[in-house]
Amino acid sequence: MTNIAEHDKNARHLLMGNEAIARGALEAGVAVAAGYPGTPSSEIIENLASVSGKRDLYVEWSTNEKVAMEVAAAASFAELRTMCVLKQNGVNVASDFFLHLAGSGTRGGMVIIPCEDPGALSSINEGDSRHFSRMLEVPLIEPGDFQEAKDMTKWAFELSEELRCPVMLRSVTRLSHASGNVVFGDLPEVDHKARFQHDGFILDPDTGIMCSAPVDYRHGLQQEKIKKAEEIFETSPFNTYTGPEKPELLVITSSACNLYTREAVLLLGAEDKVGILKLGTTWPLPPKLLEKHLAMTDKIMIVEEVIPFLEENVKILAAELAGTIGPKTFYGKRDGSIPSTNELNPDLVVAPIATVLGMTYEGVPAAYTEKALPLAFFNAPSRDLTFCPGCPHRASFWNIHNVLSLDNRNGFVCGDIGCYSMAMLPTGFSTLRTMHAMGSGTGIASGFGQLGRFGMDQPVMAVSGDSTFFHSVMPALVNAVHHKADITLVVLDNGGTAMTGFQSHPGLEIDAQGGDAKKLDIRKICESMDILVRESDPFDFEKTQQQMFDLMEIKEGVKVLILKQACALSPEKKHTKKFEMKVVEDACRGENCGCNRLCTRIFRCPGLVWDAEKGTSKIDDAICTGCGVCADVCPVGAIDRKEVA
Amino acid sequence: MDKQKLKYDPYNLIITGVGGQGNVMASRVLGNMLSKMGYTVTIGETFGASQRGGSVMSHLRISSSDAFSPQIAKGRAHMIIALEPTEAIRVLAQYGNADVKVLCNTRPIYSVGVISGEQKYPSQEDVEKWVNELSAQSWFINATDEAMAKMKNPIFGNIMLLGALAGTNELPLSREGFEETISESMPADKVGINMTAYDTGIGMLG
Repeated sequence: MTNIAEHDKNARHLLMGNEAIARGALEAGVAVAAGYPGTPSSEIIENLASVSGKRDLYVEWSTNEKVAMEVAAAASFAELRTMCVLKQNGVNVASDFFLHLAGSGTRGGMVIIPCEDPGALSSINEGDSRHFSRMLEVPLIEPGDFQEAKDMTKWAFELSEELRCPVMLRSVTRLSHASGNVVFGDLPEVDHKARFQHDGFILDPDTGIMCSAPVDYRHGLQQEKIKKAEEIFETSPFNTYTGPEKPELLVITSSACNLYTREAVLLLGAEDKVGILKLGTTWPLPPKLLEKHLAMTDKIMIVEEVIPFLEENVKILAAELAGTIGPKTFYGKRDGSIPSTNELNPDLVVAPIATVLGMTYEGVPAAYTEKALPLAFFNAPSRDLTFCPGCPHRASFWNIHNVLSLDNRNGFVCGDIGCYSMAMLPTGFSTLRTMHAMGSGTGIASGFGQLGRFGMDQPVMAVSGDSTFFHSVMPALVNAVHHKADITLVVLDNGGTAMTGFQSHPGLEIDAQGGDAKKLDIRKICESMDILVRESDPFDFEKTQQQMFDLMEIKEGVKVLILKQACALSPEKKHTKKFEMKVVEDACRGENCGCNRLCTRIFRCPGLVWDAEKGTSKIDDAICTGCGVCADVCPVGAIDRKEVA
Repeated sequence: MDKQKLKYDPYNLIITGVGGQGNVMASRVLGNMLSKMGYTVTIGETFGASQRGGSVMSHLRISSSDAFSPQIAKGRAHMIIALEPTEAIRVLAQYGNADVKVLCNTRPIYSVGVISGEQKYPSQEDVEKWVNELSAQSWFINATDEAMAKMKNPIFGNIMLLGALAGTNELPLSREGFEETISESMPADKVGINMTAYDTGIGMLG
């Protein structure tokens, strides 16, 4: 909505955290940004891509996070400011390169931006990448509000150049996907010039080679950088204290938890009792700053989400400082004051503070809860996640489910990451039986495909989206082919990285900036490995199911079935209807039909609902997208599809 | 800029609905309108599953001075706008209190559990009765059906509810402010239909 490349200094806008981060990068004069889509991080790259023409920027959606970090690093080596954006588990994917990058050091400012998802609002994990900063020995900074999201991003590039190492700037869903007011700063003139100097003295940081070896020497340098970061952090304006000189309780916090803590203290009216030390620089911790604040009181609470990372690091310092600051009582995750899983919110922070202070706090009044809770529990129907109306995945899993049932050998499907992960749920007929990381479906299937020698006689299937195929399925597929694993891979090709908002990938002719890109053909890639490949439209039940049966008949080796049908939300399909759908009331036999309401009870498209009064199913015109598939689900042909002119 | 004093500071407003109803867009338009007037606005949104049938909530904190948490504390909402009727009940149970007000679209969106017959969907009369029991004041309008009849697209129900919100006089919203905001975020040929939706919403408040 907001033009993040606006020049007007001091303009005040309501920005999403991710927009604020993108603006901060522009104010730093970033030249290259690379990432792989993943909620809640995707809008940073999208926003930068949208202004790439105006700001002399190169922005790409890389094949995966490791490649993204490598692409970004090259720009740093060529003395440009550069960034890599990923979600929490993307850091794991990139971590091998990240370890070596931390060792080699950087030249142009390089910022790694993980946007994480405590509470797994749009993930199947709540991984916490903060440990990587300590493990790989790179500085970690965390914005505590929206203005800081912009300001700290800009600063991160300067810090990286001062230290000559990558800097991690971590955000979370409640900052990345929340919005707040941000005042803009200056946009610099940009005239990027890239040159990689590599022929100087081998160990020279400006002109030598970029490498983490000799390890003893470079690792030592890296630790000196961390020492220097510690000193810089001692006086950082992003570490702030609010509260009385001698608080009863000191809360140490960072990131979105800063906002919850401030609110909790206000809700309790305990501003005169609680001090809040908000840390923007969370690794390495600045010891003198911590010493000063730990000395204020004997009761210390650490408020953070997921893993007790801050808590452990504060405790290490407190142990070292015990001689001067004396013994402390700590409240946090280790003693159960703060939950160890899920995201926090103001209520989860109010409760332990109230307990320590001996105060009482009532959230929803008890009398109100007594009335409201049962009404909601019994009457607001739970909303299980479901494939969108018109989603090709519903049709694909209808085919897979039916084929595996008819095959009757207890076959199963190894799942992967994307919208189609929801096929673990009834919306995909509970078809997926394993679900782990990106690419793991094919990797696990490759392993199952070897177990025939131990008597396993179940058919093994894997699924993969088109973007996931390029991200990390390819190496697993190579492994399966090479070792002659007996598997069928179904590629659910919906023409984009659909789950995260339809970003481009190597199978498309367009790149992140909207420019021409070389399209890679999944079918040709598979055929080049001598894989037997078939292709079908998942909306064509008969052909798709026949092909699936045919492939499963072939006992040995890898078989691939590509199911092509665009995502219902894809730009070419959204707001268009191919068919006008109608249930012919006289033809639908309702409860008396032998199908036992197959359409609404099992197929369950949100656009097709049960009309209890009439005793027939009916189309909900506000929701139906006119894909036409349900006409083939009805065994008596009571659902009519008429092509829209 | 002169800012009218808010009824509460922060004013805590929740927009709730089901993925695909334009929840996030409504919260951003409203937030931008208020931000332009000089208020400090914080919006917390859950939209990872927004297109996929799940319940969606946007929390708006509107203040004359400060930024607040992107999540409202339990029991502290002042106004709940429900794009879907049963979502109003669900949100009231967590964020409601005796003084809360509710602006509710009456068009149900059935969950898959209801579609499959595993769960029942309550009658509109019951939903209205419960909302009234759990709030100090409430308004019900059939925004979705009106949007389909008048604008041939159910999505404009969200803008109608923003119009209706302006009509409640709970927040200092103006038609000009809406027009300015929508003109900045929409192509020129879409402004007219959004203005119609906004005006229709005010008119439907009765």
